[in-house]
Amino acid sequence: MTEKSGADILIEALTDLGVEVVFGYPGGAVLPIYDALFKQDRIKHILVRHEQAATHAAEGYARSTGKPGVVLVTSGPGATNAITGITDALMDSIPMVVITGQVPTALIGTDAFQEADTVGITRHCTKHNYLVKRPELLGATIHEAFHIATSGRPGPVVIDIPKDVQVATARYEAPGPIQHKTYRPQTEPEAAKIQEAVDMLAAAERPVFYTGGGVINSGPEATRLLRELAALTGAPVTSTLMGLGALPASSDQWLGMLGMHGTYEANMAMNQADLIIAVGSRFDDRVTGRLDAFAPNSRKVHIDIDRSSVNKNVRVDLPIIADCARALDAMVESWKQRGHPKPDLGEWWSRIQGWRARRCLDFPEGGETIMPQRSIRALYEATKHRAPIITTEVGQHQMWAAQHFGFEAPNKWLTSGGLGTMGYGLPAAIGAQLGNPDALVIDIAGEASIQMNIQELATATQYRLPVKIFILNNEYMGMVRQWQELTYQSRYSESYSDALPDFVKLAEAYGWKGIRIEKRSELEDGIQAMLDHDGPVLVDCRVAKLANCFPMIPSGAAHTEMLLQASEVSGEMDDEAKALV
Amino acid sequence: MHIKEEAIERHTLAVIVDNEPGILARIAGLFTARGYNISSLTVSEISDDDLISRITIVTFASAPVMEQIIAQLERLVPVHKVVDLTTKGEHVERELALVKVVGTGDHRIEALRLAEVYRARVVDATISSFVFEVTGTTDKIDKFVELMREVGLVEVARTGIVAISRGREAA
Repeated sequence: MTEKSGADILIEALTDLGVEVVFGYPGGAVLPIYDALFKQDRIKHILVRHEQAATHAAEGYARSTGKPGVVLVTSGPGATNAITGITDALMDSIPMVVITGQVPTALIGTDAFQEADTVGITRHCTKHNYLVKRPELLGATIHEAFHIATSGRPGPVVIDIPKDVQVATARYEAPGPIQHKTYRPQTEPEAAKIQEAVDMLAAAERPVFYTGGGVINSGPEATRLLRELAALTGAPVTSTLMGLGALPASSDQWLGMLGMHGTYEANMAMNQADLIIAVGSRFDDRVTGRLDAFAPNSRKVHIDIDRSSVNKNVRVDLPIIADCARALDAMVESWKQRGHPKPDLGEWWSRIQGWRARRCLDFPEGGETIMPQRSIRALYEATKHRAPIITTEVGQHQMWAAQHFGFEAPNKWLTSGGLGTMGYGLPAAIGAQLGNPDALVIDIAGEASIQMNIQELATATQYRLPVKIFILNNEYMGMVRQWQELTYQSRYSESYSDALPDFVKLAEAYGWKGIRIEKRSELEDGIQAMLDHDGPVLVDCRVAKLANCFPMIPSGAAHTEMLLQASEVSGEMDDEAKALV
Repeated sequence: MHIKEEAIERHTLAVIVDNEPGILARIAGLFTARGYNISSLTVSEISDDDLISRITIVTFASAPVMEQIIAQLERLVPVHKVVDLTTKGEHVERELALVKVVGTGDHRIEALRLAEVYRARVVDATISSFVFEVTGTTDKIDKFVELMREVGLVEVARTGIVAISRGREAA
């Protein structure tokens, strides 16, 4: 067998692993890899305009396709620019492999040009990372990295490759199935625990499923099984921000999202439940509200592939460590085998109907002002027949999209949940469009967030990606402004979006179509014009400037202390609440 | 506003890991990143081929935090296993200290006499100094060092704690 350069080994290993797209940006320490890329045509390289965008694009690609996202950046600033997206992928459990160039091994530690301690810096924001100092280790390391990134609880893995290792030669052979000596995620549930969970479910009077991103990550089978189990038991289902789409929003059993900006019925059901089945969710602080008041009278079953997620924030009665799909499959089987009839949850559902009757997502409107909620609903009505992929930035628009856009299927909703990264949406949309060339992909954005990775307009133009950006422009960092209104007596410190660009002209400058919607009467036509254009379109939709996102559970409050509308807001909080995020 | 604190207890952990570059930084970094406490940390290779290391960590944590520490450690890719020796049953803990004492006359005689009581060995001596080697539990070493302060202590080097379970079963 002939020897190959490290760069060629990398390309061949990526090809063997089925990688079709790499998001990257060249630089000195990855020139050998870029030369190897130039000489082949199996892997498509997408040139972004900033390394952070490469990571978010890889996340969008991964979350919309179920395949790992791959990133290639240079040493030093290339690697440090990628940190935000790597951390984002860690928080939201996105399978991602990031290849970073490094200065030659002999120069490591000398403060060489564009040197950064990439493995040191990324140790805390990766699932695992490697510095490969010998070319003969490169092939096996790449295969192992993909195994770790995609199995168990998915996450980002960094492979740091010094430039001399890219040039030096070694043999490469694709390894067989990886049997890692220490890393063995538990995917199969314990049968006894499954039976116990099923019996608890059969006996429950007020059960609720609380599902998270783990159901989406586990793959389409987990979604199918969740739907089957929900149908068998008749229990209501709520999801976290990351879990939307697991149950169709049109289902009678769907309560809407739960948590800080969740629906009244979802949060009340969690509060009043006697049994909570958490599936691939992690009792995040946005979900639980005040911990000592969270679901006080319920028993809790927690299905998760990550043992450290269990009992981290909330003590549970029955932890089941397993892949969601495997656990749900076992529960469905056990339910049928034990011959449980569909429980009579009539009384529970009548209480839920009472909460639904509050119509917590209704909003006041009138005249020609466009309410942001209305614009999301109009976008939903105009696009739902095309099952669009929606990405978002972070802030009010993100929460309104989660509340008012209905998701019928998994992998259609891409948002930065755990880290809350402004600037996520546009590059994620680019990645999603590349992975789903025929899909309608829309980034629902805010005028502040979109500016954080606005340079990626050029990436979409270069690769002729027909992504749409729909900006809810209220001229404020709206969520910051909302908190300042609630917590700091409306002292709007630095939350006004001053000196905004003319977004229509900006779009045109990048070769996009730009559309401005200013009045309620223009909304539907403006959206249709966006959809009718077969290239990329940016819509600057001017919405009510001071609208707030409700319902809202203020920091440190219980689920039962939801604010449903602006009139309930006091404008002050005590120090305990101020200290919470 | 006051920040609340929880009741904490002392735990001794044995963490078996792949002996790879950065493993210590990974473990120590996990403790600092998640706000866990490290009271003592000892690391050494333990296999013939030098591929496996044993890290002994003494930490103070509440019971829920302890459960998290173990789960978080087990999640690290190069970690083979984590054993909480404190909850697993009885175990033996030892620490070694080298203690330098300078003095003449009565102080010097008293230092030697105390060393004998504590079964400390003299591993270096000059006309006006001793280096004692003492092993034992942390308490014993603390007490010995405390006594040596009275008779001319100038320097102490301690290994940190190593620990192993009692009985014939391996952890």
